[in-house]
Amino acid sequence: MDARRESELTPMKNRTTVERKSERELVVTRTFNGPARIVFEAWTKPELLKRWWAPKSFGLTLLSCEADVRVGGSYRLVFSHPAAPKPMEFFGRYLEVTPHLRLVWTNEEGGESGQVTTVTFEETGGKTLLVMHDLYPSKEALDDAIASGSTGGTGETFDQLDELLLTLRASVGGS
Amino acid sequence: MVQYVRTGFDASFAALSDATRRGVLEQLGRADASITDLAEKFHMTLTGMKKHVGILEQAGLVTTEKVGRVRTCTLGLRRLEEEAAWIERHRQLWDARFDELDEVVEALKRREKVDGRKKRE
Repeated sequence: MDARRESELTPMKNRTTVERKSERELVVTRTFNGPARIVFEAWTKPELLKRWWAPKSFGLTLLSCEADVRVGGSYRLVFSHPAAPKPMEFFGRYLEVTPHLRLVWTNEEGGESGQVTTVTFEETGGKTLLVMHDLYPSKEALDDAIASGSTGGTGETFDQLDELLLTLRASVGGS
Repeated sequence: MVQYVRTGFDASFAALSDATRRGVLEQLGRADASITDLAEKFHMTLTGMKKHVGILEQAGLVTTEKVGRVRTCTLGLRRLEEEAAWIERHRQLWDARFDELDEVVEALKRREKVDGRKKRE
């Protein structure tokens, strides 16, 4: 399938899919070439989480990463990107932590319109199918997230474009 | 996401490099307008204005819709295009994350092998 550049480390690059399943749901899937306990570990130990959450290929720099992965525990991730005027923050609480099977957390940086994320780890033959399910409180909340471009901090990036447009408008004057 | 944003930025900057196009955006920020309206406002031929609007449209800054004989220009992407672009951006972000996660998984597998699986639960 996607054999462009991934021949060095992984024998075969697995596909990542994203689908809007319903008015309020977004689902991301990916298979990993390892058992569920290992994939789960990489999601639940902050020192491992910080190795992949802010991909360098995206120009992201992780500034801090705290994750107290137990029911009621909280997490906070902060990273920066050269195109974003200020660091991007993501935080929330873990609602469910079932080792090797399931993680559920809230996303509270967006206030009340934040989604609840459920990640399930399904192991078959030494491989793990990961399904990440985002449930938004309403259709409007997901529509708004899309309209504002806010996923993984793009909101801020677009804010910057908006600011730029404003500046340009001002400099154009009345035309 | 950022990749998309970057190409978006390039196209946006190219589109914004022209004073008339910046003026058109400013105008559309106030209200939708037809190409004829815009051509008049900017003292320009219809063909000239069509060209400018085309560049803004390619940059995703403006959407046009033809109803009857009038082509109306609106600021921003169409709803569906916007959603498709957002989903692709979201997919690219997670794909990049998961590529790195692959490496973490590989490293952990090697460690387990070395440790002779002393790790349990």
